[in-house]
Amino acid sequence: MRLVVDLNRCQGFAQCVFLAPDIFALHGEEALLFSPRFDEAQRDRVQKAAAACPVQAILVDYSDEPTQGVQSHVG
Amino acid sequence: MSADTDVEVLRRQGRIVVVGASLAGLRAAETLREQGFTGSLTMIGDEPYEPYDRPPLSKQALLGRARPEDTALPRRRDIDAEWRLGVAAESLDRAAKQVRLANGDTVPYDRLLITTGTRARPWFHPEEAALDGVFGLRTRDDSARLRRKLTGGVARVLVIGAGFTGSEVASACRELGLEVTVAERGPAPLVGALGGVIGAVADRLQRKHGVDLRCGVSVTALEGDDVGRLRRAHLSDGSAIDVEVAVVSLGAMRNTEWLAGSGVAAGPRGIACDAGCRVFDVNGIVTDDIYAAGDVARSPHPLFDYQFLALEHWGNAVEQAEVAAHNMICAGPDRRPHLWLPMFWSSQFGVNIKSVGVPSLGDHLVVAQGTLTEERFVAVYGYRGRVIAAVAFDGARWLGFYEQQIAAGAPFPPEYRTVDRRTETLDPIDPAFPDPHLPTHGATVTLTGHSPSERRVTFVPAHA
Repeated sequence: MRLVVDLNRCQGFAQCVFLAPDIFALHGEEALLFSPRFDEAQRDRVQKAAAACPVQAILVDYSDEPTQGVQSHVG
Repeated sequence: MSADTDVEVLRRQGRIVVVGASLAGLRAAETLREQGFTGSLTMIGDEPYEPYDRPPLSKQALLGRARPEDTALPRRRDIDAEWRLGVAAESLDRAAKQVRLANGDTVPYDRLLITTGTRARPWFHPEEAALDGVFGLRTRDDSARLRRKLTGGVARVLVIGAGFTGSEVASACRELGLEVTVAERGPAPLVGALGGVIGAVADRLQRKHGVDLRCGVSVTALEGDDVGRLRRAHLSDGSAIDVEVAVVSLGAMRNTEWLAGSGVAAGPRGIACDAGCRVFDVNGIVTDDIYAAGDVARSPHPLFDYQFLALEHWGNAVEQAEVAAHNMICAGPDRRPHLWLPMFWSSQFGVNIKSVGVPSLGDHLVVAQGTLTEERFVAVYGYRGRVIAAVAFDGARWLGFYEQQIAAGAPFPPEYRTVDRRTETLDPIDPAFPDPHLPTHGATVTLTGHSPSERRVTFVPAHA
């Protein structure tokens, strides 16, 4: 399960940091750092953090399917 | 299939090929499916990895707060694509409408989207670049290798180039407790992108955090020992530094070489396309079946004098990809222009730097909020009497306002009162950009001529 934060949108409200401190952290006054991966145990917190973001900058993907690798035949 | 006829057939059973499997490619693919494209979709990428996020690679990945291999981008939806990863596109045959891959395969298309992005500019001397200890930083593998090196007992790191990536690397090194020297050819860090006035703030910031910052010098040679390990770097001022690690951060090069001879208007400055992401051929004629998006695309922006802008910005890649995907499967009147306002961010030395608009166009600057001495401020850039850009140091929440000002063509200098203003006057000063005729390595926004014939930029290597 993975996530990404659109840091153009992020304005450092830090709601995510309060709700999921193991995933999100502030670096200095307002620069956000985040872990791009999370597991089932953190799902609930990530969900809350994404919902609470005032600018809706957190994109979460709860699936965990890897992409198929190199395919050698011609399409 | 022609432009406007058969769009319905294209949407149902066309073949769309995306060359470049990174952020822009992925978001375009998702948008195509979202908008009802049910034909075949092929994603071609030269790296063996599925699309991943790059910004963390020079920040939290170096600090060990995220593993480079964990940065695979989240998906908005299933895109049901055929992935051809780990094999680069080698050439484009427009007449036959097919892409040839490095392994000899050919992939036919009805519509092609090019999102091949950029790569790190390599060290100019190939033998020196091959020394053990010389790094570039662009890919997941680069980041993992550099992290291993930085945590393996290194005394001093040399960062070559104080643009955004170089400054972020220097910041991470200091945070890891490593001694770091930064060599920058310009008069200050970030000077190409933000100008000398803000560059002076970045300069102070680096020194305050213990960086051995040397501006106005270039690295002339990297010296190895007899087993090929980096030992010493020589600078243009005659000095030398003993280092085991050098991180080359001299900006990016656009991945357009594979298009040589294809007849599309592609070169070192990117691929020229119209505001709807349709690629021009070398005659300046729109191709209509070939599109470009992301770092590799350069297109005219009405807010900025219709200059062709090539933007190495995360948000631009997303937005432009969505516009390109939409337009690829639409008839003419339904197409949309890409009018995204340039926006980027960096985090270094604990400061959140954000920018909106095109600062490097600015002819004047005022500090509208905070003060430069506190490293918490918003600087507003003017261009011919209107607001053209704003840069915030730890002031992200103010930027939305300036985004509106830029979009509305608001007058400069601003006449309104602003909150948190620390000086009584708003006298505009020169933002102190270096002479644009001299190449710099720090700019993340590159302004080029109005037409391919005006492209007169030549790169002068750093040792000049």
